[in-house]
Amino acid sequence: MTLLASARPVRERFVGPAIEAEHLVKRFDDLTAVDDVSFTVPQGSVLGMLGPNGAGKTTTVRMMTTLSRPTSGTARVAGHDVLADPEAVRRSMGLTGQAATVDEFLTGRENIRLMGALYGLSRRAIAARADQLLERFTLTEAGDKVVKDYSGGMRRRLDLAVSLIAAPHVLFLDEPTTGLDPRSRSELWEVLRELVSDGTTLLLTTQYLEEADQLADRIVVIDHGRVIAEGTALELKDQSGKAALVVTVSHADQLEAARALLAAHVAEVHVDIAARQLTAPAEGLTDMTRIARVFDGSEIVLDDLGLKRPTLDDVFLHLTGRRAEPQADDIEEPR
Amino acid sequence: MTTTTLDTATTESLTITPPSLRRQVRTMVWRNLKHIRRMPEMLADVTIQPIMFVVLFAYVFGGSISTDSTSYREWLLPGIMAQTMTFSCAIVALGLTADLNKGIVDRFRSLPISRASVLIGRSVSSLIHSSIGVVVMAVTGLVIGWRIRGGVGEALLAFGLLLLFGFAMIWVGIVSGSLLKSPEAVQGVMFTVIFPVTFLANTFAPTEHMLPALRVIAEWNPISSLVQAMRTLWGNSPPAGPEAAWPLHHPVLMTVVWSVGITVVLAPLAVRAFNRRTTD
Ligand SMILES: Nc1ncnc2c1ncn2[C@@H]1O[C@H](COP(=O)(O)OP(=O)(O)O)[C@@H](O)[C@H]1O
Ligand SMILES: [Mg+2]
Repeated sequence: MTLLASARPVRERFVGPAIEAEHLVKRFDDLTAVDDVSFTVPQGSVLGMLGPNGAGKTTTVRMMTTLSRPTSGTARVAGHDVLADPEAVRRSMGLTGQAATVDEFLTGRENIRLMGALYGLSRRAIAARADQLLERFTLTEAGDKVVKDYSGGMRRRLDLAVSLIAAPHVLFLDEPTTGLDPRSRSELWEVLRELVSDGTTLLLTTQYLEEADQLADRIVVIDHGRVIAEGTALELKDQSGKAALVVTVSHADQLEAARALLAAHVAEVHVDIAARQLTAPAEGLTDMTRIARVFDGSEIVLDDLGLKRPTLDDVFLHLTGRRAEPQADDIEEPR
Repeated sequence: MTTTTLDTATTESLTITPPSLRRQVRTMVWRNLKHIRRMPEMLADVTIQPIMFVVLFAYVFGGSISTDSTSYREWLLPGIMAQTMTFSCAIVALGLTADLNKGIVDRFRSLPISRASVLIGRSVSSLIHSSIGVVVMAVTGLVIGWRIRGGVGEALLAFGLLLLFGFAMIWVGIVSGSLLKSPEAVQGVMFTVIFPVTFLANTFAPTEHMLPALRVIAEWNPISSLVQAMRTLWGNSPPAGPEAAWPLHHPVLMTVVWSVGITVVLAPLAVRAFNRRTTD
């Protein structure tokens, strides 16, 4: 097995959740950036914090990682209170901030060495670990090059590698894939899954619904500093309405006949003439097979018949009345 | 990505033992010195720039500036050294704002280390940076005719005072680096404030011929005390004339007083400004 975190140091074990946020509030002058945010992340699981730009994700992460002092409320990481024992929190977690914060005038290897030394690891352990991390993140060749010459994706990978130097129990990732191309993104997801399978607890913020859907065990949807929904991806999708049955008719002249037939079996039918599509609410697969049989016994020729579950995008639209996905020009290029 | 098994043999040695403050500072300094090695042009401010000043003043204006000592070039050199050391504050401030802006300081703050190590590391590196300049200046000086004419003890005392003054300047740098938002702003402030201050002194021309009001300011300028102390200790100029202000008659004492005074006043402000800048 590929065990990225297998070199986890023998460190104090702890009981209880890996991360707990308790009524976190952060005010900047008259702006309430984070407004009474609470959640719990069990050990070994992944929490996705989903929200649009300016929702308060970064501010929440900064409070949980001791970088910013909550106006009120508190948080615990690996059992340590961020206010009472920030030092212990820093020992048990790793953080990859929103902008890649590697030193661009050092080489990749030197960046890892820098952080390793600041964690107090032995010189030998750092050297061995650096080799492993560089290899794991396909940076072996670039390891002795100055980071200034790295691409955005390489910087992100190095940034993550650097956060893993001390094999932390809990990892905070603030928009780890924003600005990455789809390939780099799925590569990074791969590494994150591997970390999780080794028992690392992950909190990641994202603006991408797909990312939350792919990686997170539970999702907290945050908007204007408030938690507006929480649950598994499936639960959230269920909240925003049931699935729909979508029937696509082959010939436009059969659309009306198909509508009449469908209407006899379901409560409500929506017609999209241009797409030759009929949509009806459905409970699940049994509804679909029942309707399939109805059409099977008719003259009507179908292109497609399927069950459409709501996407997280629908969920967000349902919750806030807005779309969550960032517009192309919102995407910041990591430096 | 490749598939690698992370070696479990390192498990024991990965134990986090928060490093001693010394190791933290050593690591920070290592990083900053790497920067200088990667970008030797960073040293221009303590090498090319002062050499340029030496050439400009010694050879271009030198003929028209009269000093009591025999050679203007010899008289000039301690002035250039003091100016170079004063610019330590710019080195510290630039490094600090750059790290703050790039989120590097936040990264350090998320580690189990002392927040002070960032500042101490910066300070030590900047003193090393300036010291490289002092060595370059001294060599340049020896080439153009500057000599140490006093004893060894006095000569070392002069270098010690120079470093002490550099230490005081570091706090100026931390205050400005924490208050100003960008390297450009730091550069602007340094050029419009610190640069003229290094001229409003006895660095490049004797104060005797200045307007009376300016002369008082120049002679009470801490930089003048330092320059006068170095000139006296190195034997590069006779003692100040009877009409000179009090500090120039006690330059060694006053350099110490100024350096300690600036440190005592600015250090708490600097730490407060830095903490405030890094709290949210
Ligand atoms: N240091 C700060 N001072 C003032 N306002 C801030 C500060 N940091 C963040 N904000 C504001 O708080 C809100 C939440 O920001 P942020 O947490 O960065 O959101 P997100 O990470 O979800 O995009 C935004 O309106 C932002 O402008
Ligand atoms: Mg953010």
